[in-house]
Amino acid sequence: MRLTLAKRAPLPGWIQVLVPVGAILVTLALSAIPILAAGGDIRLSYASLFRGALGTRYNFLETCVKAAPLTFTGLAAAFAFRAKFWNIGGEGQLLAGAIAAAWTGIHIGSLPPAAAISLVCIAGFLAGGAWAAIPAILKTKYKVDDVVTSLLLNYVMWHIMGYLLFGPLQMPGSSWPRSPAIAEAARFPVLLVRSRFHLGIVLAAAAVLIVWFINSKTVFGYRAKAVGVNPRAAAFGGINVNSVILKTALISGGLAGMAGVGEAAAIHFHLLMDISPGFGYSGIAVAMLGRLHPLGTALSAFFFSVILVGAQSMSRITGVPTYIAEVIQGMSLLVMLVALLLTEYRIKAVRN
Amino acid sequence: MEQVFTLSFLTGLLAAMMRMATPIIFGTLGEILAERSGVLNLGIEGIMLMGAMTGFLTTLSTGSLWLGVAAAALTGVILSLLMALLAVWLGLSQHVSGIGITLFSTGLAMFIYRLAVGSPTNPPTVQPFTRAAIPRLSSIPVVGEAFFTQYSLVYIAFLLIPAVWILLYRTSWGLSIRTVGENPFAADTVGINVNLVRTLCLAAGGALMGIGGAFLTLAHQNMFLIDVVGGRGWISVAMVIFGNWDPVRGAAGALIFGFLDALQLRLQGLGFNVPFHLFLIIPYLMTLIALVTMSRNASAPAGLLKPYRREEKG
Repeated sequence: MRLTLAKRAPLPGWIQVLVPVGAILVTLALSAIPILAAGGDIRLSYASLFRGALGTRYNFLETCVKAAPLTFTGLAAAFAFRAKFWNIGGEGQLLAGAIAAAWTGIHIGSLPPAAAISLVCIAGFLAGGAWAAIPAILKTKYKVDDVVTSLLLNYVMWHIMGYLLFGPLQMPGSSWPRSPAIAEAARFPVLLVRSRFHLGIVLAAAAVLIVWFINSKTVFGYRAKAVGVNPRAAAFGGINVNSVILKTALISGGLAGMAGVGEAAAIHFHLLMDISPGFGYSGIAVAMLGRLHPLGTALSAFFFSVILVGAQSMSRITGVPTYIAEVIQGMSLLVMLVALLLTEYRIKAVRN
Repeated sequence: MEQVFTLSFLTGLLAAMMRMATPIIFGTLGEILAERSGVLNLGIEGIMLMGAMTGFLTTLSTGSLWLGVAAAALTGVILSLLMALLAVWLGLSQHVSGIGITLFSTGLAMFIYRLAVGSPTNPPTVQPFTRAAIPRLSSIPVVGEAFFTQYSLVYIAFLLIPAVWILLYRTSWGLSIRTVGENPFAADTVGINVNLVRTLCLAAGGALMGIGGAFLTLAHQNMFLIDVVGGRGWISVAMVIFGNWDPVRGAAGALIFGFLDALQLRLQGLGFNVPFHLFLIIPYLMTLIALVTMSRNASAPAGLLKPYRREEKG
């Protein structure tokens, strides 16, 4: 006897929605293994994790702060994946956005805040979009695999940032790779007292709605989906596939760029080498867990943020290393992949 | 400037090139094995980091460097088997599975390292590999010191290049591997177990990736740092393409990378104000250009990225 996979009949919608929830529960159950290995008490660990992320007003707002870049990079990945543009370059596009935002923010002079902030955002969005356009053009024009090119460009942008921070963008008189501060006017305002809840979070929420609108209410959203399902059929139906992929890349990269804008203009106020702890890569997991749906992506970004923020207090209370957050993140992506498979296939025993 | 045009500078540069290229040669050869059988293993970056970590911790606790190397290889095998389960047996997207493995094992490597050593102010170190001079050859001027006074793992990496080439092109196993990568349906027809071959190639490749990671913590440096791999896995993926899926050409790409990396380090060491970040972009640009120029006669294995399900013959 051996086990094989057999296609199953389409499952009802409510099960589809429950898949990520199930995947999260399985991930948390599996994550008990490393927590136990680290000598943490399971109930105490998870309790301190969730209390640390959601227990007080300040912690909850901190979770929102961390969720903003994850929402942007998650949307970036989801938007691209939906059209089967495999943008693994969110990290590089984020950095491009941060660099452009910092550069604009430093040199902006004395504009009124509304204008300064708009300019910084536009610069970051365009830089991210332009960086994502490279793999899109290479894919459409030269048939080069987008996964590899977008991935490699992450490192190219990282080194460009390194060059800038040790060169033209370095703070005068400093030996650290750190840019001068962004002008006050260009910084995202904090919207709630006694917190870091800033404008970027509202922008992230707006981006969720905009992406949802593009996906489900516009002709372009329909075309992008058609290209994602079957590019050949889409082309046959009169859709300019290359143009759809390029536009998808511009928007996807722009969204990732916005994550960088937020980190530069609302959190650090400088450009630094470690401006992103890998938000671009996390975005891939965020998007998959959110089933590439904008609202799902926002929810899953919030979940990942709970884990990231909560892991800090879990670590303080139980001594489990904070890197448990990264373990949970990676594991949830793998579990989600298997869960998605099981919605399409069932495991069947076949007699030889 | 005259410091640059000396024999000792050249010797040091070539020796450093060999060392910088070594982990990438391990990674590239490992990735070639996997891709030739039809599986893109993007878990490589995380697998190398796990190899670096387990190799280091094993040596730290046992004092044996070779035990560390073995542990790293075993770690690579285990993670690659996980990759095989997802991408081969379950037929999930190779892209996403690989990224997932990298995210997961990156987190796990840092987690286990913290767990094992805590957070001391000075990270623990091991007594790393020492260089072994090959008798006779090492006394040749320049070449002897650069190429034949190296770590054992460097020699192993360079011996593996022809070994993998012979395996792929001159043995019946290699023929099976290439057939599985090019046309799994044909391979199945002649009685080759496609998924088994892919699993074995992933496992063998994973062992090499793990050893490449261990080289970084047991020879190149003597400690584990979180960014010790620092994109060398992705560089290896790039070198596979740059080398057109050929072990010799892939290793040549790794040597170019090693050369540039060594050159920028040495120039910096001499106090030159080189924009070293721009130096390090060159290999990436090289790969991108190679990708574009090759795309017309690309020789990527035709079965790459496609899970094999017999009942879904297209």
